[in-house]
Amino acid sequence: MAEKSALIETRALVKTYDLMIVLRKLDFQVERGEFVALLGPNGSGKSTLLRLLSGLSKPTSGAIFIGGWELPREAAAVRAQIGMVSHRALLYENLTARENLQFFAQLYNLREIDERIRILLEQVGLSKRGDSLVRTFSRGMQQRLSIARALLHDPAVLLMDEPYTGLDQDAAQVLDGLLTQAYADGRTIVMTTHDLERAARLASRAMILSRGNIRYDAPASALDGRQLSERYTEITSLATAR
Amino acid sequence: MNTPFIQAVLAILRKDLRTELRSRELISSMGLFSLLSILIFSFALELDRVARQEAISGVLWVTVVFASILGLNRSLAMERDQGNLDAMLLAPINRAAIFLGKLIGNYLFALAVGLLLLPVMTVLFNMPLFQPWLILILFLGTLGFSTVGTLLATMTVQTRARESLLPIVMLPIALPVLLASVHASTNILTNAPIDDWIAWPQILVVVDVIYLILCFLLFEFVIED
Repeated sequence: MAEKSALIETRALVKTYDLMIVLRKLDFQVERGEFVALLGPNGSGKSTLLRLLSGLSKPTSGAIFIGGWELPREAAAVRAQIGMVSHRALLYENLTARENLQFFAQLYNLREIDERIRILLEQVGLSKRGDSLVRTFSRGMQQRLSIARALLHDPAVLLMDEPYTGLDQDAAQVLDGLLTQAYADGRTIVMTTHDLERAARLASRAMILSRGNIRYDAPASALDGRQLSERYTEITSLATAR
Repeated sequence: MNTPFIQAVLAILRKDLRTELRSRELISSMGLFSLLSILIFSFALELDRVARQEAISGVLWVTVVFASILGLNRSLAMERDQGNLDAMLLAPINRAAIFLGKLIGNYLFALAVGLLLLPVMTVLFNMPLFQPWLILILFLGTLGFSTVGTLLATMTVQTRARESLLPIVMLPIALPVLLASVHASTNILTNAPIDDWIAWPQILVVVDVIYLILCFLLFEFVIED
């Protein structure tokens, strides 16, 4: 176990697929309790970075530490600290909401889960639909259940890969509330998104990734939504021109 | 620390059985395909009794194998399409537990289809297929290609041409299992002396064990990104 104060740390992180370099020697730290919005155009490496941080993918070179544990060497310890929400629901449609959570609770070796599941279903506003099949849920309901699944084992880190994809206005607002609550609870959140205004509003820090490099990294309060959008356009158009 | 291995395997198996019980997606498609196949075979092969005894094990195994491929593709595609394989990989469980959980489920579905075929084929081909040795070979043969199939389906399901790719990749690798199964079944159905064919079930056991160990060890590398 490494001696680190940051909850997430990468050192000279490189990821390549065959000859394509997706991430180029990324060095960054995320402190406990930060909410980082990871921005960037499609193909900039955002999702790849989240897959690396979650242990779903292995780095080509460099190191990743989560809570002081190194990936992929100490992956089992890291996985217990991470909850992930993706634009896909990561749920079984032919199981009920409760059965889905029970299944994942077994995979995380959780004890006395009924009360925990009841509380989580209530938090995400699905307590009345706990025994309904997930295939009968709207996209917004599935995404809320997906958050309950990610929070089931009380992880310190929430990784969210474009969680707003496909959500209507109301569902997006409900998700805003859940994320705000998770942040207030002291969880460390790293979220990829294309919604700059939302990133500026919700996150405590904004990072812009372009062509596998971090081009901008500052507290979200440094810029409002419009300024962040201008900075984003400037960075990404510069990268396109190269 | 990882979740206990057996707990993870049982959770995945229970989830697969519950999902299937509710949707009947795998069993219905595999069962329907099998019934149609043997119906076509029974009309196409108008054979005398001796020729039928020799051909019927081929019909049985071709049907079971292709029905299983259908089921394997669907079983792993369901995990992949909703990203559920990733959700399982995110959990602190041994990767081999995912393999074993999926394998047992796939094996039970393939075996159910194989066992369903025996009475139907007995009627259609007018031959006694409910023989203890034949049932044992069905158990062993199905285990062999379910093992190879679960590993290979995990690989091919990540490709665009997964439906066509799985049989192309799987059949050559599962050939020893199929050869041993067909030879043993043919000898059983033609009432050959046991000394003439007992080596085939023995070979089947050895191949099954080798495939189980290899696939168990290789699974982690197959699901690597």
